[in-house]
Amino acid sequence: MPPRTLYEKIWSAHAVLEQPDQPALIYIDRHLIHEGTSPQAFSGLKQAGRTVRRPDLTFAVMDHSVPTQNRHLPIVDDIAKAQFDALTQNCRETGVRLFDLHSRNQGIVHVIGPELGLTQPGLTIVCGDSHTSTHGALGALAFGIGTSEVEHVLATQCLLQLKSKTLRIEVHGQRPPGITAKDIILAIIGKIGVAGGTGHVIEYAGPAIRALGMEGRMTVCNMSIEAGARAGMVAPDDTTFAYLEGRPFVPRGKDFQVAVDFWKSLATDPGAAYDRSVELNAEEIKPQVTWGTNPGMVTDVTGRVPDPNSFRNPVERKAAERALEYMALEPGTRMVDIPLDRVFIGSCTNSRISDLRAAARVVVGKKVARSLKQALVVPGSRVVKAQAEKEGLDKIFTDAGFEWRDAGCSMCVAMNDDILPSGERCASTSNRNFEGRQGKGGRTHLASPIMAAAAAIEGHFVDIRQWGVNGAD
Amino acid sequence: MQPFAQHSGLVAPLDRVNVDTDQMIPVRFCRLLTREGYGRFLFYSWRYLEGEKPNPDFVLNRPRFRGASILLARANFGCGSSREHAPWGVLDYGFRVVIAPSFADIFYNNCFKNGILPVTLRDAEVDDLFQRTEQTEGYRLTVDLEKQTIANDGLELSFAIEPSRKHALLKGLDEIGQSLQHTDKIAAFEKAHPTQAVMHDPVDVIISEPKP
Ligand code: SF4
Repeated sequence: MPPRTLYEKIWSAHAVLEQPDQPALIYIDRHLIHEGTSPQAFSGLKQAGRTVRRPDLTFAVMDHSVPTQNRHLPIVDDIAKAQFDALTQNCRETGVRLFDLHSRNQGIVHVIGPELGLTQPGLTIVCGDSHTSTHGALGALAFGIGTSEVEHVLATQCLLQLKSKTLRIEVHGQRPPGITAKDIILAIIGKIGVAGGTGHVIEYAGPAIRALGMEGRMTVCNMSIEAGARAGMVAPDDTTFAYLEGRPFVPRGKDFQVAVDFWKSLATDPGAAYDRSVELNAEEIKPQVTWGTNPGMVTDVTGRVPDPNSFRNPVERKAAERALEYMALEPGTRMVDIPLDRVFIGSCTNSRISDLRAAARVVVGKKVARSLKQALVVPGSRVVKAQAEKEGLDKIFTDAGFEWRDAGCSMCVAMNDDILPSGERCASTSNRNFEGRQGKGGRTHLASPIMAAAAAIEGHFVDIRQWGVNGAD
Repeated sequence: MQPFAQHSGLVAPLDRVNVDTDQMIPVRFCRLLTREGYGRFLFYSWRYLEGEKPNPDFVLNRPRFRGASILLARANFGCGSSREHAPWGVLDYGFRVVIAPSFADIFYNNCFKNGILPVTLRDAEVDDLFQRTEQTEGYRLTVDLEKQTIANDGLELSFAIEPSRKHALLKGLDEIGQSLQHTDKIAAFEKAHPTQAVMHDPVDVIISEPKP
């Protein structure tokens, strides 16, 4: 057999039916659903008189619209309540396991999947959510799908798929202190652009990726979609196996050893060909901050807001002009001179325990700037929240003046009442700085958790490297 | 799904690159439980001023583009969230065709599930269509999926499309129904490659005994 990539191995192990010039029927091992994109799929299924083929492989969670405070109180938001009720009823009727908003294991779908060990190397995982790419960090093939496809998977446990092209992104060198997984992926998107990965599955490789912990790899794979790629993956290694051992859905004892042996066989064979390759050097990466309205509009914290006239392509120039208008920024402004109104530490990109530990190391003993209206820390799951509280991180944050919340998507997407008000500016550890993403008229600057934490203390961005704090475990 | 064979209609130009699905349907309108009625919310923040008053500066509000059914767009159209509310909104507004130099993967895929034809043309061709649309009031195009052409008297452009997608759209196929015809193959696959999600530690979950 010719040498194959990680992607090709998982693909062919899941092909139920492949015919020339036809999309393949691909078997799905884990189907994750949430309250936002599943109700129409369930009603479509019911209307057609169809049933859920594998409720035992389907897992539901409430995350997008959940309140992050006072969860013991009745839900006052009627629309959100209707979403929760619909999901609960759909799960009860079909036998799908559900982590509802009172579950101790509730959290953002892309945080709890790996945390529970539902996500494992070599599996195919889909969810009606574009950041499903996150799960690829463990060596799974995972991607976001639309609601019609959710319905298709519910009915058949399969998906019709055309094979993607492969893109290898190799990050050389050693990540300097203060540089995090978030800076790596933002630098990648800055280099290849927000459509740079379109039509491709990305495999991240190289020493700087290998050196990342499991959660850092999740941050990188999470934002593959921001580079246009539906899926991002990292070949499983000892870091992966150590992370998985003992998690609730991971095999135990001898079975675990058998699984590890199989997982080891998944790595891309030497000499396997990719459709494209890109290389980066981690040593050259500086802390990244976005200035515009898509994640590719990003620069070093030491940089300045660019002049639209510096873009040669007229379409890009116009986009930059519009972005600066929306962001209310003048060309040439130093990134560190941009005053902030709010700081949000959370989202499926950066809300795991290592993110919170790193942010806490930055803020310990300090106070949030008075000029700030709000600084929020929203753990990605209730398990993360409990762990952080055990370590006293919540106290560090609240002593500094941060609000400590319950788990959910929160201000990443403003579907609950955590909304960035119009005209205000937020440093956010999430993944999208689109117009209105955190609230209509809100202005988002994406950055790493330690950069956001330091920005909360100073009221504006600072070069975290000067603080002598390390980025992550 | 409604089939798509041929369509003639008025063209509206949306001259912005990287239009994301958050822009198409802002998330606060994505919490409904239905597939219908999203046309009203399409491009909401650009289209309306305070109090849902139409913004006269937004291109779709210009009288000459009223009733447009072909949307002319820029590169990477539909990037961002996987929300199918975006194509639902595009369709419900009245668009059957979107033309752009490139599309984001998930949005592109979602179009086909909803009877919308996304047409990919070369940059220069799209530039040219933008010019024609601006210059000629009431500029219309005829899109023929069978022939894979876009035409207006004098102009004829051809476009590429993956054959299986073309077939499904021409026929308006119910993909789920199609796939269910392979139930025996799916069952055989499950037998040969059993996959399970076994809980070894209790977790706090509703419905602990899923139906097989
Ligand atoms: S945290 Fe944000 S990006 Fe992640 S799943 Fe929730 S809404 Fe989507």
